Amino acid sequence: MPERLLRVCALYPDLMNIYADRGNLLLLERRCHWRGINFELSASGLGDELDPDAADLYYLGGGQDRDQRLCALDLAETKQAALHAVAARGGLILAVCGGYQLLGHSYQLGDEELPGIGLIDAVTVRSDGPRLIGNVAIEVELDAGRRRVLAGFENHGGRTHLGRSAQPLGRVLRGYGNNGRDGLEGARAGNVIGTYLHGPLLPKNAWFADWLLATALAASEGLDPLADALEDAAHADARRAAGV
Amino acid sequence: MSLLSAKILAARAVGGLARRAGRGGGTSLPGKVLIRLEPEAIGELSARLPRGSLVISATNGKTTTAAMTAAVLERSGIALVHNRAGANMAGGVASTLLAAARPGRTIDGELGLFEVDEFWLDRLIPQLEPRAVLLANLFRDQLDRYGELETIADRWAAVVARMSSSSRLVLNADDPLIADLGRRMPNVTYFGVEDGSVAVPEMQHASDSKHCRRCGAAYAYDAVYLGHLGRYHCPSCGQTRPRPSISAEAIRFDGTRGAAFRLCTREATADVALPLPGLYNVYNALAAAALCLQLQIPLETVAAGLEAVAAAFGRAETVAIDGLELSILLVKNPAGANEILRTLVLEPGELDLLAILNDRTADGRDVSWIWDADFELLAPHVRRATCAGTRAAELALRLKYAGVPVERLEVIPPLAPAFDAAVGRTASERLFALPTYTALLELHEELAARGHVPQFWERTGAAPR
Repeated sequence: MPERLLRVCALYPDLMNIYADRGNLLLLERRCHWRGINFELSASGLGDELDPDAADLYYLGGGQDRDQRLCALDLAETKQAALHAVAARGGLILAVCGGYQLLGHSYQLGDEELPGIGLIDAVTVRSDGPRLIGNVAIEVELDAGRRRVLAGFENHGGRTHLGRSAQPLGRVLRGYGNNGRDGLEGARAGNVIGTYLHGPLLPKNAWFADWLLATALAASEGLDPLADALEDAAHADARRAAGV
Repeated sequence: MSLLSAKILAARAVGGLARRAGRGGGTSLPGKVLIRLEPEAIGELSARLPRGSLVISATNGKTTTAAMTAAVLERSGIALVHNRAGANMAGGVASTLLAAARPGRTIDGELGLFEVDEFWLDRLIPQLEPRAVLLANLFRDQLDRYGELETIADRWAAVVARMSSSSRLVLNADDPLIADLGRRMPNVTYFGVEDGSVAVPEMQHASDSKHCRRCGAAYAYDAVYLGHLGRYHCPSCGQTRPRPSISAEAIRFDGTRGAAFRLCTREATADVALPLPGLYNVYNALAAAALCLQLQIPLETVAAGLEAVAAAFGRAETVAIDGLELSILLVKNPAGANEILRTLVLEPGELDLLAILNDRTADGRDVSWIWDADFELLAPHVRRATCAGTRAAELALRLKYAGVPVERLEVIPPLAPAFDAAVGRTASERLFALPTYTALLELHEELAARGHVPQFWERTGAAPR
């Protein structure tokens, strides 16, 4: 069997990491390691050019307002074209929380408008209403005919509204989702995925880590199973916390 | 009988009822009732204190720093009115004042000592009108409850700007978010660590406040001591760490048992052997010392008081059980957890742990933070970790991904059987419990039920009299 390799590029890992986003990278890294898949992690920060062929999965986490603003401007200036190229070749992009907000066309914060990179047909608006905070569970159908649950925690002031050409990542079972109103959560355009399930989403949903891994490696025959008793228990707890 | 006196009696009666109904110590309920009856009660009662009040706030170390301050001040013969039990919102502060109030507009105590929750500072400072306010640190903590760090820093800046000019600020020079609060203030005392030997090689992952409060550029650090605390400057606008007038030098650690340092003022020094471990407790002691020194307490008394301090509830507290020493180390956010982990790995040999993760409101409903804490440091030292609490499985998972072999991990969510399993399987003479806040309360109830410790309110004097 040829050597297999997963290459992950974390965007702004020192700024967009507000709630333990590194837990997601850790899940991918260990689950590769246990399966004998090589794992390579690179980072791309403010001002860095982005090579659209340098990674199989690009990860963008959440950040404080100040850091998110810096990243929004930098994404628009130095990385937008490369990320569009990633999407066009079917590369994986996973954006969480504040990162998800930057995948759309724009993020309106009062008088200020942060640019988005337009990978998803969506706009986000900061509401005067309360932040949407709590445990959340959504039903997703990443592969046709196979419905599964993602469980996690959301904490966002912005409300995201999907445009006509956008598909949600899933439907809200419990929690708020994109805007607390339309029952939709996240967005998906091919292998570009955005979600408000923030921080360490993959530890609570190891199956989703494996889906990303299999997709990135084009492992249609699937991956070797791992001893996932703790992963399954953590997933069950996260679902229970959300009430599902 | 004045109107306030009648309201005081009514509020006390409620606390007594709650106790007798088995609702625990009733630490904040009577105060909440009093505030409902008399919204200005905190201001009116604290004005009775002949020597005024001190206020302490921080993300981490409030309770311990207040306990250290109390140890020094009580040694000086000052009678305190102190929210010792750690109930640090308006209800808790009001309950403490309520318990000390006496007829004839008097109060049983000279000086108020109040630790105050980060979010309650702006409501309590105008009422307490403290003579000094100690602000020790701001770390990433429970974003679902407190929001972003910068938001709290902005709120604190507004509080400070409105403070009476006669109040003194005691600030941590090593925390750029805190030090900047003193920028335009006339009466500021800065404290800080002056010991390069305790610096860490690089900033920890969960560090915050990397950007200058004034101009937004990234700070440059000459030394990082703890989280984002260190010796920093802004290469862009030139903001630098203020030079502390009270500092800790020559720091030495004694595992989880203690730490020693030299307490330095501009005029004199005193060696302190602190019976509490870790650099975080050196910071707590330094903060308490700075607060006490500006009250003109002699340096020797400060040092002696710090050496006599007992562990605050669940903060490196030790309990003897069945030939075993149980050390309880509260963990509640990444910065605090990292310091506990950094201290734990100083212990020789492999460690037996009882780790308890709850996701109740007071813990933060969001347990994401465990993925920000550097459990990787601890992983090679774990002999056995029994994981308990409402989110026990995710904690065990965190340890697994940090590198602890699965066969060393056990998940038992309910506390009582988890406690039995952890005690039963401890191979050494020490067991380390790492509870979140509500887990700490449960653990204490469990220990009290088994006769290992007294009831919480008996220990802390939190009960209304």
